[in-house]
Amino acid sequence: MGQISFKSVGKTYAGGVTAVSDVTLDVAEGEFIVLVGPSGCGKSTLLRMVAGLEEITDGEIDIAGRVVNRLDPADRDIAMVFQNYALYPHMTVKENMAYGLKNRRTPKAEIEARVAEAARMLELQPYLDRKPRALSGGQRQRVAMGRAIVRQPAAFLFDEPLSNLDAKLRVSMRMEIRKLQRRIGTTSLYVTHDQLEAMTLADRLVVLNGGKVEQIGKPLEVYHRPASTFVASFIGSPAMNLLDARVEGGQVWLGGAAMGPAGRAEGPVTLGIRAEDLRPAPASQGVALKVEHVEELGSGRVVHGHVDGQALAVSMAPGLPIGDVLHVGAAPEALHLFDTTTGRRIETRTRAAELVL
Amino acid sequence: MARLRGFWEGSSRNPAKRVQFDRPLTPWLFVLPQLLIVAIFFYWPSVQAVTSSFYLEDPFGFGSTFVGMDNYTDAISSREYRRIAGFTAFFAVMVTALSLSIGLLLAVKADKVIRGASAYKTALIAVYAIAPPVSGLIGMMFFDMHMGPFTEMAAWFGYEMKVGINYNDTAFALILVAVWKQIPYNFIFFLSGLQSVPVSVREAALIDARSGWRRFKDIVLPLLAPTAFFLLIINITYSLFDTFAIIDVMVKDKPANNPMTLVYKVYLDGFKGNDIGGSSAQSVILMVVVAALTVAQFRFLERRVHYG
Repeated sequence: MGQISFKSVGKTYAGGVTAVSDVTLDVAEGEFIVLVGPSGCGKSTLLRMVAGLEEITDGEIDIAGRVVNRLDPADRDIAMVFQNYALYPHMTVKENMAYGLKNRRTPKAEIEARVAEAARMLELQPYLDRKPRALSGGQRQRVAMGRAIVRQPAAFLFDEPLSNLDAKLRVSMRMEIRKLQRRIGTTSLYVTHDQLEAMTLADRLVVLNGGKVEQIGKPLEVYHRPASTFVASFIGSPAMNLLDARVEGGQVWLGGAAMGPAGRAEGPVTLGIRAEDLRPAPASQGVALKVEHVEELGSGRVVHGHVDGQALAVSMAPGLPIGDVLHVGAAPEALHLFDTTTGRRIETRTRAAELVL
Repeated sequence: MARLRGFWEGSSRNPAKRVQFDRPLTPWLFVLPQLLIVAIFFYWPSVQAVTSSFYLEDPFGFGSTFVGMDNYTDAISSREYRRIAGFTAFFAVMVTALSLSIGLLLAVKADKVIRGASAYKTALIAVYAIAPPVSGLIGMMFFDMHMGPFTEMAAWFGYEMKVGINYNDTAFALILVAVWKQIPYNFIFFLSGLQSVPVSVREAALIDARSGWRRFKDIVLPLLAPTAFFLLIINITYSLFDTFAIIDVMVKDKPANNPMTLVYKVYLDGFKGNDIGGSSAQSVILMVVVAALTVAQFRFLERRVHYG
């Protein structure tokens, strides 16, 4: 019912600027897909192409078995939640939710029932007769969700729906959205620039950069095996350490210390290590980190410093003593190697190591 | 009245934005120039008009006699006065309805134009820069009985148009010129009103309703209501008062029996007929009617207007 498939979809504006290129993706029924990337990466454009608010200049988008390239937004059987909610200011909450159904000639009783159900789910019953301006940001957000839910569409499209809320509300709304989507089971596309939101919400992540797909995968897959230096630096906080290193004699060398084995031809590589994968090590095995600054987070601390003139961050448990120089190392499977020119991942691990992951 | 004030003050309803003055007289100092202008050009002549409406003035300025309400009863019981009042009402309704609807239509279309939008808008707005007497003159040229293009166009259909002689033809020409002159004003306001409708609200509507007319009627029009309400009052006032110059240019020096509005009759009776008292009475009646109309609009119509 609610599958969406993208077949080498692209968007080039009249001026010749390419916003999205060659996106191929199959979204399964009921799946929660998050499109994530920095601003200007084309994620919103891609979502708006699905909605029909932007023209598709290349390829095909297929929603629930129909190619929608030429269909009006109203005919695509999608519902969208906008960043600034886009509620109709002159209509009450109830009218806002009912409007899309009324235009589709849904019987009155049916509209009533669906609005009542959505209001119950979203705890909006007390506000049904209010105008949007008499609601708080979180309530408006819920109304926008309600407007989408009552439609019972093939897919929900979310365009950064939480970015106008304060941090605390954002976390709780994030969980609500996820719970709601699980319960209703409607296929969802969700756009955000917040990698944490992306990680916590997604069944699968689509990381976009410069209008192209960098990586598609489950959140942990993307986290543990980033396909490029871009993904490595974008997903995860603090960002993965990326350092210039060399492979010599089957070992990765960083600042005069052998970090671990690398089954790869000799030469320069970009070495990626997550801050939490680095551990204090005996001076003979680890690499020397010149400590410059310690961030206390309460639950832990992040030590910032330099190795061989390159910035490195290390997550450490609280309470461990930190001197001026810290020797750190990482397990061989926590080392990520990337090509220095293309930035793509270099597979070094054996199949067995992958299975462990 | 609180709502009326809110209408004009706009965003300053927000108490945080209110300016506090240390000395109570300072704010009065700032509004003094405006108050002076209003007093000199509105209150003083109004009081003068009300006073002189109770007197019968000698045409040559040799004294005046108190006549009570005679000037009022004379005006209202006059058949000619009632006929002109009837035309004025018709004229006001036609001019307001046509210039509002055409202005809105053009604004909606201009709002959709992407390429060459500014040239298009400038062309539409430019008309507003024309002074009313000049637009009257241009209108006269268009309807000239010997060489006016509109007269010729009518002739193609076998109709002999006699603006300035035939009552209906003149009425038609007056309305046309008055509407033409007012369209740009309405256009500017409607266009800026349209552009203040949030893009995302329009997009949400695009997903909710297939029909463009429905989207316009259900979403855009209600959001334009404050603009439309403001324009309605301005347009009625325009058609009643500001069309004076157009009428003057098009009707003056023409044989009699031409349509005119009450304002023009006030002028004719007062300055051509030298009946200051009668003309004052008429202008007081007009003032009361327009004030009542405006109050009624605020009372009954504004309630339906949603201010974003």
